[in-house]
Amino acid sequence: MINSVWLFLIISGIAVAAARGSMGDVSAGIMAGASSSVELFLGLMGIMALWTGVMRVAERAGLVETLSRVIRPVLVPIFPGVPKNHPAMGAVVMNLAANMLGLGNAATPIGINAMKELQKLNPRPSRATNAMCTFLVLNTSSVQVIPATVIGLRAAAGSSNPTEIVGTALLATTISTLAGLLAVKTLERLY
Amino acid sequence: METAIKTISAFAVPLVVAFILVHGYIKGVKVYEVFVEGAAEGIKTSLRILPYLIAILMAIGVFRSSGAMDILLALLKVPARLLGIPAEVTPLVLIRPLSGSGALGVLSEILNTYGPDSFAGRVAATMMGSTETIFYTITVYFGAVGIKDTRHVLPAALVADLAGVIASVVICSIIFGPS
Repeated sequence: MINSVWLFLIISGIAVAAARGSMGDVSAGIMAGASSSVELFLGLMGIMALWTGVMRVAERAGLVETLSRVIRPVLVPIFPGVPKNHPAMGAVVMNLAANMLGLGNAATPIGINAMKELQKLNPRPSRATNAMCTFLVLNTSSVQVIPATVIGLRAAAGSSNPTEIVGTALLATTISTLAGLLAVKTLERLY
Repeated sequence: METAIKTISAFAVPLVVAFILVHGYIKGVKVYEVFVEGAAEGIKTSLRILPYLIAILMAIGVFRSSGAMDILLALLKVPARLLGIPAEVTPLVLIRPLSGSGALGVLSEILNTYGPDSFAGRVAATMMGSTETIFYTITVYFGAVGIKDTRHVLPAALVADLAGVIASVVICSIIFGPS
């Protein structure tokens, strides 16, 4: 998918330039795009390093487990098909907690493990269960407390207040999670 | 409401950082050493993103400088207005569910073109912080266990994505003033 989108951007750009006679601008545009990505990277690197440093401390201190205990009571009723003490429940909760903290690298293996545990509860192994769909929708719409990369990009672009979108993003992501939950619970009866 | 959101924005980062470090210290983590170790990992991660950024920003550079972006934005103007989305952020709406690194590149291009503190810049950043790369995630997670019939997961995830997009626009209009 991304292969064709990428190629489309380049080829359609060159085609439009040929039709409009703006090929000189495109030539400059290619170079500017490539070199601006390195400037962007330098601005981003500091904030990414800061954040992964802080998050390493959180991980080492067991914050994922602590947060899991806090959000577990909210999540158990959302997964009626999963027995409360089944390992699947634990993995689902832990994946969502890691996502909330923005620990993408740690979250993915836990999430795949959660999927494998959910698969053990699945009577028809090639068909997704309600619990799997609910889990994935929560995962893709889930709340991230601090969107560190976005803050980094804003700082790199010279924002006067890079973190001013933390509150708005938190509210927007909450709304998106609730909408997703409503959709997944409504649609599971139709499919 | 407005002040509450602004207060959260101002306090979230310092408070979360302070909480994590104090919590770590109490739990006996060597906070300084572990921080540095994690930061080193972060530098490696950002270095891994760099080639993707070059690929995407180069492609968008061609697309915008040729005038193709203007054509796309003109085409998207009507559907964007129907949903209440500023036309400038529609490229991000389109690429966000498909590719994380692509979205990163498009967001950074929007921030540089219109300014990070413009309405479009704030909406785009809020959107990026509240939506996800749904196609990729669904493929990886269901692929790992061999699920072929994905049932209602894609429509439901798209509903969540669209809700996040519209919520970002509405919330930014309320908090930062209308476009």
